[in-house]
Amino acid sequence: MPDPEHAASDAPEAPVPEAPAHVDDDWRRVSPKHVVVEVVGSVIGAGITVAVLLVVGWWFELPWATWGGIAVGAIALVSIAFEPRRVRSIGYRRRADDLVFRRGIMFQRQVAVPYGRMQLVDITRGPVSRALGLADLKFVTAAAATAVTLPGLPLDDAERLRDELVALAETRRAGL
Amino acid sequence: MTEPAPRAPIGPLADGEWHRLHPASPLLRGGLVFLAVLGFVLANLRERVVEVFVLFFAPGEAGGGEAPGFGGDWAEDPVTGIVANGLVGWALLAFAVVIALVILGFWFAWRMHTFRVTDEALEVRSGILFRSHRSARLDRIQGINIARPVFARLFGAAKLDVSVAGQSGNVDLSYLGSAQADRLRGDLLRLASGARRQEPVATGDGDSVVAAGADAAGTAQLGPGAPSAADRAGAVVGRRVDEFLAPELDPDLAPPESVVRLPLPRAIAAALLGGSMIWLVVIIVIIVIALTTGTLWMLFTFIPAAIGVISYLWSRITGSLRYSIAGTRDGVRIGSGLLSTANQTIPPGRVHAIEASQWLLWRAFGWWTVRVNVAGQSITQAGDAARRTLVLPVGTADDVRRVIGLLAPDALDDLVPLLDAGLAGTGPAPGFTSAPRRAAWIRPFSWRRIGLAVQGGTAVLRSGWLLRRLALVPLARMQSVAVAAGPVRRGLRLESLRIHTVAGPIAPEVPALDRADATAAFGAIAAEAVERALRDRTDRWGAEHAS
Repeated sequence: MPDPEHAASDAPEAPVPEAPAHVDDDWRRVSPKHVVVEVVGSVIGAGITVAVLLVVGWWFELPWATWGGIAVGAIALVSIAFEPRRVRSIGYRRRADDLVFRRGIMFQRQVAVPYGRMQLVDITRGPVSRALGLADLKFVTAAAATAVTLPGLPLDDAERLRDELVALAETRRAGL
Repeated sequence: MTEPAPRAPIGPLADGEWHRLHPASPLLRGGLVFLAVLGFVLANLRERVVEVFVLFFAPGEAGGGEAPGFGGDWAEDPVTGIVANGLVGWALLAFAVVIALVILGFWFAWRMHTFRVTDEALEVRSGILFRSHRSARLDRIQGINIARPVFARLFGAAKLDVSVAGQSGNVDLSYLGSAQADRLRGDLLRLASGARRQEPVATGDGDSVVAAGADAAGTAQLGPGAPSAADRAGAVVGRRVDEFLAPELDPDLAPPESVVRLPLPRAIAAALLGGSMIWLVVIIVIIVIALTTGTLWMLFTFIPAAIGVISYLWSRITGSLRYSIAGTRDGVRIGSGLLSTANQTIPPGRVHAIEASQWLLWRAFGWWTVRVNVAGQSITQAGDAARRTLVLPVGTADDVRRVIGLLAPDALDDLVPLLDAGLAGTGPAPGFTSAPRRAAWIRPFSWRRIGLAVQGGTAVLRSGWLLRRLALVPLARMQSVAVAAGPVRRGLRLESLRIHTVAGPIAPEVPALDRADATAAFGAIAAEAVERALRDRTDRWGAEHAS
């Protein structure tokens, strides 16, 4: 009786769509098409750097700039070759009470965020993602260090997931 | 804390009506600076005027006359010009108009700055041209600070600062009458606790509070009987003196056995042995070298730095003077300061992390310092926030235990067995999951200390050698938990574990654990956090009394 928030968590007459849908114990991967987004991003970034270095090396006859450009290009190619693996390593899992997120092959990271702690869920879309029909889902808690972004979800999935998570967060919110 | 003793009714400022601030507020908020600048300018102008007249009447003698201060040069041309052109009258008129406008501006700002306390929120309206209306939800209050700078104390005024969750800063009421501020804090905390508002009954004891705000008018009133006026003036002075000398904590509210005592020598010694001392020594050495070699530019670079460090040390020492901490019904109250005093209340269920830390040079004395993470510390006011998150400036291990008992009363029984091993211990300890020996590759000095325990809904993280740290995180308020491993840790089959809390001085982390241990701890912490968060009701600590 004292306040509606806690009452809601005690008796969940929750308007959760597809009630048990949020519990699934499998790791889910993001769309494989997200590789394209990452590759385009690194090609543009590395391409500009390499071009600048090569032009500088050729124009001013500086051999170190030329070699630097070649080295940056080679590193970028290797990292692009690993891009499919890296995207496959991104996964999330909706457990009964929290969302677990993991990513990384060299630097692995795994984060568990209780649903009640999500302050807001954000959908962002870059130009390449939009062309591919993908969206990034960003979760914000009261801690800046949480930093969980789920990239490369199909837009429909992203919107459905967002709505589900917001509804879940609403029923389980407890203070700060 | 257990028995719902009857409490005083809600005070006159929290009755849901709009109220104004203390009449001396404009003076304290900027008027004093204005007066000081005005006085400075006038004093220098007087010198200039005298000099101009001397120049006018006796041109030969004025050559050596030099105005004190650098303000004299500033005023030279206008004054000479005005006197030469016979515009003295106009200048005085313009001056009077400016003064009148400034006073009017201050007065209007005071008139338009109002606040009210409703059942839901504290609302503040301010601004003359650009009106602003801020509203802070009472159940989101993270802490209430009452600061009394020296000048404000002379006027019997205090500044009430309510921090709410969010980065946009705090709602501050500067200034209120000193007694009113204390009363309003109690009322806000009571309303925030979830206890119902009681009907304001007899305002018998409320009168004294009102009188405290109105005594400026009271003294001006000339009564027919001279003795009574003198009595009243004497009473006002007496009350000022009492307020000035009164200890920060209301003795009724502070159980004496729970108050940590911080002797002055320890405060000074701790500040001198602190990490900033190294910087001071380095800077002094550089200055001495600069003096002996005569490189003046180095002096100009490093003397300001030395002044900065010394003022930091000074503020550290003065901030520890008359330090007190005590548990009250509405949270932990921490007070400090000799001339300018500050007094902070952290309501129950607002502490997101506690850390006791001990620097290398403090180890011989067994001194610790305790900090907390609380929500709503805006990042822009870094110095202010640093002071507020410092709960115990320096204390012994026993003091640390008492402070943790105040900050985490529910979990204390479970934590007591862990604290000894957690504070100073190394190597495996009962309850702790320690790092394996191979962690020495990445933490050669501190690997023996690295450990993690989950007990009583609290994660206990032990680490550090140069700076020994023991972090306690109430899982009911944890935001998220993460395990991570880079190439080196993966090669050693280690993982680091991090618990994310709201922003603050503490970032709880276990740098290295065996991978299996880390995975198990990750699962246990994630599950317990959810369960504790659902059960936790400490943020509405008064609700059970009301319903």
